[in-house]
Amino acid sequence: MQKPNAIAADAITAGAQPPARSWLSKALEGRNTLGGLFMLPAAAVLLIFLTYPLALGVWLGFTDTTIGRPGQFIGLENYEALWDDTVFWLAVFNTLLYTSVASVFKFALGLWLALLLNERLPFKAFIRAIVLLPWVVPTVLSAIAFWWIYDAQFSIISWALIQIGLIDAPINFLGDATNARASVIAANVWRGIPFVAITLLAGLQTIPQSLYEAATLDGASSWQRFRYITLPMLTPIIAVVMTFSVLFTFTDFQLIYVLTRGGPVNATHLMATLSFQRAIPGGQLGEGAAIAVAMIPFLLSAILFSYFGLQRRRWQQGGRDA
Amino acid sequence: MSTLNPPGAADSGQSDNDGMRYLDSGMRRLVTVYLPLTVFMIVLLFPFYWMAITAFKPDHQLTDYKNYSPFWVWDPTMRHINYLLFETSYPHWFWNTIVISVAATAIALACSVFAAYAIERLRFTGSRYVGLGIFLAYLVPPSILFIPLALMVFKLGLYDSPFALILTYPTFLIPFCTWLLMGYFRSIPFELEECALIDGATRWQILTKITLPLSVPGLISAGIFAFTLSWNEFIYALTFIQSSENKTVPVGVLTELVRSDVYEWGSLMAGALFGSLPVVILYSFFVEHYVSSMTGAVKE
Repeated sequence: MQKPNAIAADAITAGAQPPARSWLSKALEGRNTLGGLFMLPAAAVLLIFLTYPLALGVWLGFTDTTIGRPGQFIGLENYEALWDDTVFWLAVFNTLLYTSVASVFKFALGLWLALLLNERLPFKAFIRAIVLLPWVVPTVLSAIAFWWIYDAQFSIISWALIQIGLIDAPINFLGDATNARASVIAANVWRGIPFVAITLLAGLQTIPQSLYEAATLDGASSWQRFRYITLPMLTPIIAVVMTFSVLFTFTDFQLIYVLTRGGPVNATHLMATLSFQRAIPGGQLGEGAAIAVAMIPFLLSAILFSYFGLQRRRWQQGGRDA
Repeated sequence: MSTLNPPGAADSGQSDNDGMRYLDSGMRRLVTVYLPLTVFMIVLLFPFYWMAITAFKPDHQLTDYKNYSPFWVWDPTMRHINYLLFETSYPHWFWNTIVISVAATAIALACSVFAAYAIERLRFTGSRYVGLGIFLAYLVPPSILFIPLALMVFKLGLYDSPFALILTYPTFLIPFCTWLLMGYFRSIPFELEECALIDGATRWQILTKITLPLSVPGLISAGIFAFTLSWNEFIYALTFIQSSENKTVPVGVLTELVRSDVYEWGSLMAGALFGSLPVVILYSFFVEHYVSSMTGAVKE
């Protein structure tokens, strides 16, 4: 849809060039001034409230600022303290565990759901709209529902399992380290599946049917069609979706804050929640900022990984990077 | 036909190939498609169902699973909702959230329209890098920014005021909306603008008389997305707002309705339910809208 337009536009521009010199050159002259003018509001907001705080955050990491007292430059002391801080390393471990396990499940289940939704179904549009609900509803509010579902005494899951006869006593969902980790990951996966599924569904619908027809004629099984057509054709969009999913899971705050506040005994503290706890209730802004800054290398490597992955992909497919 | 079975395969005489069998067997389809899909739907929807019925359950039924099946409500009560509306600041939070979300969305949309048009259509020197920068800005998570922003908000004297949120929300809304609108502007044919340029229209006229009217669906999508993102925001609202009556719904429900000893599950769930409704309703409009914009509102 994009290509023919562009070609047509090129042709028209080429054809119209000689008589249109004057307005074209005028437009070209004004282009940069006008462009700068148009960029001004967005650039101002982003520079003041995004770029500057980002730099300020890095600076704060090198100071001992507390709430109500401007800090002194103390070099790497915050980072040295964190290096010896077992809670910090536990939070790093938790974050990596949380991100990797949740992303794998979100990807597998999301892809499965996308393939199911791509089938011929009655009430297709309605089902798709419903599937997106967990993603639309504010995370904090659905997390509160999970909090009640995970209640130590009156959990509906425990009750159902007891009725079936699988367990005798209610499960202590959020009170035990392993259970708590599994519970928050489950809630995160629940919230993340719709986004992955709907995006991959959009990708699935761009795959030409003729490929499947050709493969079926050649006797490919449904697994082979999935493995050798669907998956390779879907790879670029999978890369984008999973980059976003990994970034947002890695920096997650809300779910943990609602469900466990990092407990029991820091077993579910993520870097973001630890940073909040040290900085806002704890008042140690410098130390909190240092923890937040420590997330940046991880995020950067995820972004670079997917950026260069995508770049290569685009080149392989012979597309120009517009 | 949007399924995996190619219609051509039937003519080829290979009716015994795997693809056809896969579709013809109703039993197998039940197990491979409908059963997993049903399980998915139940798991995805159950928390909402649980939220909704808890909001209407009388307190004695809430924890008494022996005498009342937990999956249904007998004699639904409005007590939790009354409590929420008349004995807490919930209406305040709701109003605050609406004001903040609308204002932040308006600011973000205004900035994004110009930015997206400049990057996508004016193509000024370096616009590609600015576009990339905007994309990267979207990837900067609030959990890294909230500490320095808290300091700034405090220094600017905005602490505990809705302006703290109205000014900071656009940081994640603008990159998102700009990105979305850039895609939308790209789908509007160049020719229209070129005709206007030849007829002597200025860039401003082109933007307001041609591009914007054609991008109404894109603007609505961006607006709804931005509103939803602002409505759902939590960490800034939690950090920058102190007093009860200035809180937003997610923060208010979590910090004010939860008391240390007794959990008022009924009113908590009612708060969560009503806090979710506006975005769900908006979104249900958006779904139709999305479909119509996909099928090509701009095909000139």
